[in-house]
Amino acid sequence: MKRIKSLDDLKKLSKNAKNKFDLREKANDPDKVVQIKVAMATCGIASGAKETMDFLIEELDRQSIKAIVTQTGCMGYCYAEPTIEVTMPNNDPIVFGYVDTKKAKEIVEKYIKKNELVDGILPVNYETIDKQ
Amino acid sequence: MAKYKMHILCCGGTGCRASKSDEILENFKKIILEKNLDDEVQVIQTGCFGFCEKGPIVKILPDNTFYTEVTPEDALEIVEEHVIKGRKVKRLLYMDPDKKEHISDSKHMNFYKKQIRIALRNCGFINPENIEEYIARDGYMAIGKCLTEMTPEQVIAEIKLSGLRGRGGGGFPTGLKWEFASKYHDDQKYVVCNADEGDPGAFMDRSILEGDPHSVLEAMAICGYSIGANKGLIYIRAEYPLAIERLKIAIKQAKEYGLLGDNIFGTDFSFDITLRLGAGAFVCGEETALIHSMEGQRGEPTPKPPFPAESGFMKKPTNVNNVETFANIPVIINKGANWFNKIGTEKSKGTKVFALAGKINNVGLIEVPMGTTLREVIYEIGGGIKSGKEFKAVQTGGPSGGCLTKDFLDTPIDYDNLVAAGSMMGSGGMIVMDEDDCMVSIAKFYMEFIVEESCGKCVPCRLGTKRLYEILEKITRGNGTMEDLDLLKNLSKTVKATSLCGLGQTAPNPILSTLNNFYDEYVAHVRDKKCPAGQCRHLLKFEIDPEKCVGCTVCARNCPVNAITGTVKQPHTIDQEICIKCGACFQKCKFGAISKK
Ligand SMILES: Cc1cc2nc3c(=O)[nH]c(=O)nc-3n(C[C@H](O)[C@H](O)[C@H](O)COP(=O)(O)O)c2cc1C
Ligand code: SF4
Ligand code: SF4
Repeated sequence: MKRIKSLDDLKKLSKNAKNKFDLREKANDPDKVVQIKVAMATCGIASGAKETMDFLIEELDRQSIKAIVTQTGCMGYCYAEPTIEVTMPNNDPIVFGYVDTKKAKEIVEKYIKKNELVDGILPVNYETIDKQ
Repeated sequence: MAKYKMHILCCGGTGCRASKSDEILENFKKIILEKNLDDEVQVIQTGCFGFCEKGPIVKILPDNTFYTEVTPEDALEIVEEHVIKGRKVKRLLYMDPDKKEHISDSKHMNFYKKQIRIALRNCGFINPENIEEYIARDGYMAIGKCLTEMTPEQVIAEIKLSGLRGRGGGGFPTGLKWEFASKYHDDQKYVVCNADEGDPGAFMDRSILEGDPHSVLEAMAICGYSIGANKGLIYIRAEYPLAIERLKIAIKQAKEYGLLGDNIFGTDFSFDITLRLGAGAFVCGEETALIHSMEGQRGEPTPKPPFPAESGFMKKPTNVNNVETFANIPVIINKGANWFNKIGTEKSKGTKVFALAGKINNVGLIEVPMGTTLREVIYEIGGGIKSGKEFKAVQTGGPSGGCLTKDFLDTPIDYDNLVAAGSMMGSGGMIVMDEDDCMVSIAKFYMEFIVEESCGKCVPCRLGTKRLYEILEKITRGNGTMEDLDLLKNLSKTVKATSLCGLGQTAPNPILSTLNNFYDEYVAHVRDKKCPAGQCRHLLKFEIDPEKCVGCTVCARNCPVNAITGTVKQPHTIDQEICIKCGACFQKCKFGAISKK
């Protein structure tokens, strides 16, 4: 782990980190993996996000699907918890709502393995500040 | 997509469902099957598009065509024209209200800009327990810029120019507050983050701390640099274990990376942050009470001045800001005050995070530019009122705020407009109410909360709010008089004028605003002994319709107080003197013979 001693250090680390996460998302090398973010704020956890996350990790592992499952904060769709965001290599991220373990299984079988969409997609309805 | 060439996305949000989106979905599926297109085209049901006023919505991928107000019958035309022949169905395309032209690609539609995420920029994007993800999104760049390129005065000038105002409720200009704090010199100064969040129904600050703790840490360091403080304290309620855990991890990581601690970025600026846990009393969110609570004293307010900027924590100059206020700071530094102050209204800049709750379809966390109207928030982002009921009011500002009626649906939301409308911004709780909500009961609910939470230090608040509560209780029980309504109003004004701190000074607001906006409803309770919303149990009357009653005796057997009499196969009757309005008979009667009015 590196101690940041100057702004240049931070800029370097930021660039490296950016590359690392970009790679994970948009990789076109053979090591490309599925990336899944689970909204794990209080509201998500209360509706079972933890079970969903555990299930996804186990299921993907069991089927030897290369994936990175991480937690993130509240996506704002509290009415549709648990919510997860799935990013397939070379695809835009897609958010799914009401993902209990059953739905998670369906997402793995259909979307992740066969690239078929499944019911329950949540359209993103806000603007990020990155573009502006 | 691998297999399918085209996708038809049908909105399955609650709002659209009410307008037959299920049927639309079924029709599409059927037609696609009939035309043997099911290998190429997939029909999918989605969550709410946040555009329910123009629902039901159908979106076609990959060309992003956005159809509005689709009926089940339109499915055939969309399939034949668009899917098969590749011609968009013009009449169903979204019409831009300003330019009066059809827009087909949803990326160019205005409503997608209804929400802009500044304070929530990283919530739901990054892993809050991994500092490198924050750094990958320009985290700690702002403090780096301040320390290496800006003087403290320049930082304060930038925040002032941005027009940012406190998000904790009062709306005080943040840059000005920092400037005051910078003027007092002492051997030790403090930056405090107010994460008490005591409003019932509010969870904005919790979500920010859980989803993006580093943004608050970075902002506190920026504040420390500009006012000359090297210690930061976060006052957070112990009921937020996950937020506390994530803050602890974030502080530890920031220290390991040298982004908190001594000589940050090799400069002579040092900054350290510690957590202080509160027991979760509403009054402890008030800044002077918060400071006393952190000092280990009773969490009671003291009069201002002196303001914390002069004499705060341990009698040292202290700057207190809210979580969301802080979360905006790094963006302002990175993107510039002139980027930030283009968003919002003349006197309220930037965005506001709201926790949408109550009788609304899309309960959730939203962030909209200041100046967005309630109508946009409720009907477009919030997906409208649950079960297609009638909108009645929205409560903002929690126990210090008031109710806004449908007359205010088109009022742009900002600090000053809400105050002018008899409510206030508060910290961002927004509770939507429908026709089934009784306004007297709402006022009573908040008063009960205040009676619990008043610290008791001053008489007007301690006794006044209790009396106010008792009068409301009397009215909801049907024992109120017209004089009570005047008394409510006068006492409210007295409590407001004479209480020591903000809690008492704002506590009567829910009463005053409901009295103002829903006076008829109060009168109905008092004069007609009726609750129009049917919520006040004591004002209900249960009656048995002799025409419908078959004399099955179920009601009589279920009445806990034996208020129902009658013989088998004969119509029964309820003795109103004995009835305690429990509603058991109403629920049990299989013949719908019992009415509730
Ligand atoms: C009764 C009462 C409760 C308050 N609760 C909070 C709270 O929970 N969170 C908060 O940030 N400010 C709260 N405030 C406002 C604070 O006193 C203070 O103004 C605020 O933290 C300043 O930060 P800001 O300028 O960034 O908004 C409360 C005020 C009163 C009178
Ligand atoms: S107004 Fe209420 S909360 Fe504030 S000091 Fe007086 S009694 Fe305490
Ligand atoms: S409302 Fe309750 S108390 Fe009244 S008659 Fe019906 S069961 Fe009895």
